[in-house]
Amino acid sequence: MAVTGVIFVLFVLAHMYGNLKLLSGQLAFDEYAHHLRVFGEPMLPKMGLLWIMRIVLLVSVVIHAYAAFTLWGRANNARSTRYAVHKMAQASLSSRFMRWGGVTILLFVIFHLIHFTIVKPNINADYTQAQIDASPYIMATASFKIWWVVLIYVLAMIALGMHINHGLWSATQTLGWANSPSARATAKGIALIVAALTVVGFLIPPLAVAFGLIAK
Amino acid sequence: MRLTLKIWRQANASAKGSMHTYEIDGISPEESFLEMLDELNEQLTAKGEDPVAFDSDCREGICGMCGLMISGQAHGPEVTTTCQLHMRSFNDGDTITVEPWRADAFPVVKDLVVDRSAFDRIIQSGGFISANTGSAPEAHSTPVPKPKADRAFDAATCIGCGACVAACPNASGMLFMGAKITHLGELPQGQAERGSRVRAMVATHDGEGFGGCTNIGECAAACPKEIPLDVISQLNNDLRNSGKYLR
Repeated sequence: MAVTGVIFVLFVLAHMYGNLKLLSGQLAFDEYAHHLRVFGEPMLPKMGLLWIMRIVLLVSVVIHAYAAFTLWGRANNARSTRYAVHKMAQASLSSRFMRWGGVTILLFVIFHLIHFTIVKPNINADYTQAQIDASPYIMATASFKIWWVVLIYVLAMIALGMHINHGLWSATQTLGWANSPSARATAKGIALIVAALTVVGFLIPPLAVAFGLIAK
Repeated sequence: MRLTLKIWRQANASAKGSMHTYEIDGISPEESFLEMLDELNEQLTAKGEDPVAFDSDCREGICGMCGLMISGQAHGPEVTTTCQLHMRSFNDGDTITVEPWRADAFPVVKDLVVDRSAFDRIIQSGGFISANTGSAPEAHSTPVPKPKADRAFDAATCIGCGACVAACPNASGMLFMGAKITHLGELPQGQAERGSRVRAMVATHDGEGFGGCTNIGECAAACPKEIPLDVISQLNNDLRNSGKYLR
C-alpha cells in the first residue's frame, strides 16, 4: 500500500509538471505531448516509455486497491458490533475520507482516461472532433471552457489532495520512517506540503482556462 | 449530580445484548466513574435487579483491568483510565453512554466485561526475552544509553487495557504490539529475539482477528499511558528489517 502509494505520488507530481506546460501555449504543450510518445527513441520503441509507465501504474492500482479493500474488510470483520456512540478524538478529515476518497479517485481516473486518452469525446460544440484529435492543447482547453468539467476536476483534485495528505504520512509510518515525535511532525508536514502543491499545481491550468487567462 | 446512564446489558457471551437506561441521582463530582457505577449497582441490587458487570482491580490507574467506552470515547473524556476518571469531568444532567470495548478479538463476557486474552496470546507469542531467571544481575553490567532507556521505559508503561483497540476505527492492536516491540527492541536484552519477535507477534495479532492499522492516530489519543504513535512506525521498521535481525 505504502510503496504503490509513493509510486502514485511521484507520477502525480510528474503529471502536474506536464500539465503546467499548458501555460506555455499550444506549441509547447503539443510538443511536450508528442515528446512523451517518442521519449527514449531509438532505444525504446515509439510509445515505449508511456507503456512502461502505464503498466507500472496499472499493476500499482491493482495492488493498492487490493490492499485497501483487504484492510476495509478486515476492519469490518474486526468490529462486527458497532458502537452506539463513537467520537473521534483527533482523526483528521483526510484520514476519515481515505476509503470513500480512494473510491472517488478511482472513479475519477476512469472518467479522466475516457475523457483525455481512450475516447476523447468532443464535449464543446465550438470545436470539431478533428481539432481535438490533432492537438492535445485544444483537447484540454476546449473541455475546461465548460463549467461542469472544471467542477468535476476541482472536486477530484480536492479528494486527491486529502488522500495524499493522509496517505503520504501514513506511508512513512508503514515504511517505519517515523520513529520519533520529530520525524512524525516532519512526515506530516511534508505530506501536507505535497498535497497542497498537488491541488494547486493541478488546478492552475483548468482554472486559468475557465477564467479566460489562457487559450481565450 | 443527576445523570441518565445508557448502559450495554448482555447476560452472557452468547446472549443478544441491548442498551438499558438508568436514572441516578445524588452523585458527588468527587466520585470516580467506577464508584458511580458501584452506587448504581447497590441501587439495582436493593431492587432485586442484576447489577451491571464491569472489570476493575487496582483502581489506581496502573493495572489495566478497567476500561469502558464512555459516551463514545475509550476511558471517557480525559487521558486516564476509567477508574481515575472522576465525575467532575461530566455535567449535572448529562446523559452518559457506557459500552464495552467493541472488537471481535475481545468478545463480551457479560455486560461491560470483555475477554482480552487475545492480548495475552500476542505477548506469549513473542513479547518476552528468553533470559535465565534467578537473582537480578548488577544493574550496570549491561550499559543502556539514556535515550534508549527512556524510550524503552515510556513504551513499557503500557498496561494492556485495550483502549487502543477500542478507539481504533479498524479495531487494530498495533499500538499495544508496537509498545512491546519498542520496549524490548530498545534494550540490549531484547536484541537476540528481535526478528522472530515481531514476526510472531504480528502473525498472532492478525490471526486473533484484529484489524489492520491505517495510521489514524485514535489509539495514541485514547491511551491512558500516552504511548506515542511512533511505536507503530518502530514495529513496521522492525518487521521490514526482521530478516536482517534474524541473520
